[in-house]
Amino acid sequence: MRRRSNIIAGVSTTLVVLAIVTLVPLAPGWAAVKKSFFNAEVFAQTFPRLVQAFLWDIAIFLWSVPLITVIALAIALARDTKNPALFPLKLFGILYTDIFRGIPVILVVYLIGFGIPGLGLPRPWNSPYIWGTVALVLTYSAYVAEIFRSGIESIHDSQRAAAASLGLSQSDTMRFVVLPQAIRRVVPANMNMLIALQKDVALLSFIGPVEVLRQAGVFKSLLANFTPYVGAALIFLSVTIPATRYADYLIARQRRERS
Amino acid sequence: MKLSTFLTSAAALALGTTAALAQNDCAAGSTIEDGVLTIATGNPAYYPWVMNDDPASKEGFEAAVAHAVANAMGFDDDQVVWTRSSFDQAIQPGAKNYDFNLQQFSITEARDEVIDFSLPYYSAAAAVLSRQPTADAGATNTVDSLKGLKWGAAASTTAPAMIENLIGPEDSLLLYDDSADVVEAMKANQIDASLFDLPTALYLSAVTLDDGVLIGQFPPEMSENPDQFGLVMEEGSALKACVDAAITTLTDDGTLAALEAEWLAEATGVPVIE
Repeated sequence: MRRRSNIIAGVSTTLVVLAIVTLVPLAPGWAAVKKSFFNAEVFAQTFPRLVQAFLWDIAIFLWSVPLITVIALAIALARDTKNPALFPLKLFGILYTDIFRGIPVILVVYLIGFGIPGLGLPRPWNSPYIWGTVALVLTYSAYVAEIFRSGIESIHDSQRAAAASLGLSQSDTMRFVVLPQAIRRVVPANMNMLIALQKDVALLSFIGPVEVLRQAGVFKSLLANFTPYVGAALIFLSVTIPATRYADYLIARQRRERS
Repeated sequence: MKLSTFLTSAAALALGTTAALAQNDCAAGSTIEDGVLTIATGNPAYYPWVMNDDPASKEGFEAAVAHAVANAMGFDDDQVVWTRSSFDQAIQPGAKNYDFNLQQFSITEARDEVIDFSLPYYSAAAAVLSRQPTADAGATNTVDSLKGLKWGAAASTTAPAMIENLIGPEDSLLLYDDSADVVEAMKANQIDASLFDLPTALYLSAVTLDDGVLIGQFPPEMSENPDQFGLVMEEGSALKACVDAAITTLTDDGTLAALEAEWLAEATGVPVIE
């Protein structure tokens, strides 16, 4: 039975691929599209520079992730606080997530990337790398904070009660009982945020940095050819596909552990 | 020759019509809409190329040139329809929604393989735009002095390549979407200088920046590949011969030079870069 369905899957996939490979080149504009989007010469000429520019994307990504993790956790804890005296903190957490989840990332990048350096900061403190990173971190912290909060709330109240009955303080309960479980539970969701962040790093190109998207755009303008964009897409895929598969693996493992 | 073109020419010949109608022949049947010339420009279109973002007013250099070309091709002003397009739309493969497109497209060999350019209607000097504090700090019109500045440019123009080739700055470039963003970065002191075609640079320094200065210019004849603007048409456009004939006429009879004098500010005051 299993073998039969494998054969059917194989045949139908082959048919679909064959249909695409034979039918698309029959379209009247195919020759022009091929020349503009899949130009081997342009690809070979531009790809090395694109890979080089992608190093900026990776660097920005790498220094953003720890900042996002710390700030998001702080915001999530602020929103979770049950002490009435700390209500202003909770209010801040709510406002923060509402505002930064509600504004398109590109707008935050523009407003912070041009606005804050415009106040008259001296170099190098007005660098677009710094303020672009700040914009990304602020936005993504809002999303990740909500994920952490959902993780914290998924831990049943009986566990807090049990911890209290063992004599643990509220902060110790959070630190040793709730957070270790909560964080582990939301790892797959956060993997998705990391994948999205890796792509959104390209938005920093709007305020100056010549990362892979901008470099591809420069080549596009010079050569009047869109092949560099295809090259950039391939570079992104080479990072995001393994990351996506890893996220899937984590989700599957979690499901096995729970069942 | 298309049947409709043939019939039009045959009819024109049979009726023995005058030269004014005969001019129209070269464009007949080749425009996307019969009897109408559709012209595209940027969105928004900038001063001094198009005044008040209103090309149909014929005010601004490119608006005026477009109408002059249209008239020379045999279209009245009311037969001209304006539309808008981005740079990418101009170079993407496939059918276009305009007959020709003008928004300071520099003619380059690589671009010419994908789209058709008309003969040039303008040769632009490239000018270095900066702010007074940078000039006060000692930036002068020598390549050596310019090398040490922090450069930025609009990414979709030929400026990034020109900065690398003509100046070769020590620090890496920062690139932006359009001239408005470049100016914003200059105001925020993230970049010291940028390269624009001279008319745009004059406008930005006089109007957009409070303390803008032009440090110098590279005259068109000075660079190996002078920055020449052409009208963009679809690759293999049937209109190209007709458009080129119109531009040749306008160049020869001095119309283009007159429009340049009317709309593009005098460039004599800007020092040449050594």
